[in-house]
Amino acid sequence: MSIPFILFFVFALVAVGGAIMLILAREPIHSALSLVLVMVALAALYLLLGAEFISAVQVIVYAGAVMVLFVFVIMLLNAGVEERTNFSHMAKYAGLPLAIFLLFGLAHWMAHSAIGATVANGVGAPNQAAVSTSALSTMLFQKYLFPFEATSILILIAILGALVLAKKGTE
Amino acid sequence: MNVVPISYYLVLSAILFGLGVVAFVFKRNIITIFMSIELMLNAVNLAFVAFARAHNQLDGLIFVFFVIVVAAAEAAVGLAIVITIVHNRRSLNVENVDLLKF
Repeated sequence: MSIPFILFFVFALVAVGGAIMLILAREPIHSALSLVLVMVALAALYLLLGAEFISAVQVIVYAGAVMVLFVFVIMLLNAGVEERTNFSHMAKYAGLPLAIFLLFGLAHWMAHSAIGATVANGVGAPNQAAVSTSALSTMLFQKYLFPFEATSILILIAILGALVLAKKGTE
Repeated sequence: MNVVPISYYLVLSAILFGLGVVAFVFKRNIITIFMSIELMLNAVNLAFVAFARAHNQLDGLIFVFFVIVVAAAEAAVGLAIVITIVHNRRSLNVENVDLLKF
């Protein structure tokens, strides 16, 4: 058991546990906090995969900005306990076994595929220097310059859309 | 075993995406449904980063960057829509929003 292996399992368990808590929590604020837990665990996994910049952006933008927006809206709307629907018999007896079967099939297929066995970290991993932030920014501002500019227009449209919707709500 | 294969990350990504789908289907609160969409986007991001690592190419990381930007824009517009719906319907339950139901 090496350190990357143990770290992977710890953060994977935190992520899956957070996702299950998101489903089981009855208060929306508990769901939001468990989603923050999932995002922080995923940021740690990105660090393990050698993507430092993406990890930082994950914490700042997702766990920071987006989740603050969610928590703000939960507080604003005074969201309380939600009523829960029962599992239908179809979901219980057909959906659950099917989901487990598909998951194991997928895991088996991935483990035996050509790319699946590639080592992510530890001894024999691809060289670390290739995933540097400067190489990432060079690629973003040269090869992907047009999509980058397109996203700025997308954000502008999103701001306008949010403003229009907010104005309608007050009428 | 002293190293982690890429397939472990991909299976984790599939589990998280599946849990996101389950939350999307079973939740009744409109804000929680929105959060499960974010969970699914995060699961896909993990697969992107894992594949970028496996191929030793940076294009996957650029894609993650764009997914995060689009998710932020989507959250802003979506939460504005949620606020408008709740102001009109006085309820967070999606079953009360059935104007398009025949």
